[in-house]
Amino acid sequence: MDTSGDLIAGATRGGKMDQESTEWLIALKATGPERDAALDRLHEQLLRVALQEVRRRSDRTPIAGPELDDIAHQAGADAMLAILAKLDTFRGESRFTTWIYKFVILEVASKIGRHYWRNPPVSLQDEDWDRLPDRFGLDPGLQVEMTELVGAVRHAVTETLTDYQRRLFVAVVVNGVPLDALVAQLGVNRNAIYKALFDTRRKIRAFLAANGYLPNDTTAGKS
Amino acid sequence: MTGWSALDRFLATDPRDVGCEQAMEALHVYVDLVAADPDAAARRYPGVWVHLEACGPCAEDFHGLLAAVTGSPL
Repeated sequence: MDTSGDLIAGATRGGKMDQESTEWLIALKATGPERDAALDRLHEQLLRVALQEVRRRSDRTPIAGPELDDIAHQAGADAMLAILAKLDTFRGESRFTTWIYKFVILEVASKIGRHYWRNPPVSLQDEDWDRLPDRFGLDPGLQVEMTELVGAVRHAVTETLTDYQRRLFVAVVVNGVPLDALVAQLGVNRNAIYKALFDTRRKIRAFLAANGYLPNDTTAGKS
Repeated sequence: MTGWSALDRFLATDPRDVGCEQAMEALHVYVDLVAADPDAAARRYPGVWVHLEACGPCAEDFHGLLAAVTGSPL
């Protein structure tokens, strides 16, 4: 994995900030009625995007109705606080509105992840390997292939992963726990879990290739 | 796609993948580029493009932000 460098350090948009973004910054850094009006407009836009985003995600979450609206309102309010706290860090690499929408989109994702544990379909202690074929769209009628695939992956997991990696792999891949839900439960960030899963994928693939289940991979082990 | 090929696709890793932290750090810049010219965005930020192809949650955030920016219908 390539985690070196600040990706947006050299980003420019023609060398100067666009007019709309500049106006947003001036209004939000003003005082009195001008700032109050800008704050109202900011909140209105964040709430609009939050409501749109929870609805966009609604078919992939069991949350519905007023609870989704609550998440949107909380996300809008929390995003607003975060944006005001970080206003001075906006460097004009994107439009201001794109920058602020990112905050609210990430708040929605985080809050939906946390909500998962209110009524989780599985616990972190579950380990039902029979679910694995479903994760990869394997036809349930192909019993022999299904048994071989599950057996090979379980063997790779046992032989190659640390206890922590194994726990993450089972939670996310076998049990289908959403990654953001795991983030909320374990109190770590998304990147830490992704990085650990990235390493588990490499290890399992290398094991399966070495044992003839998958073709050799010329990129394995290079990251 | 068979179960094995789906598994292989899931297990495949790309060393250009920048991970969630850097992808999210650059997401607003990347999305503005995608809205203007998707191919240019992938060329300018190949590691972000690779990451969004591999990471479901980050891809979900990307699609949400792109929809917000472009006013795409739900």
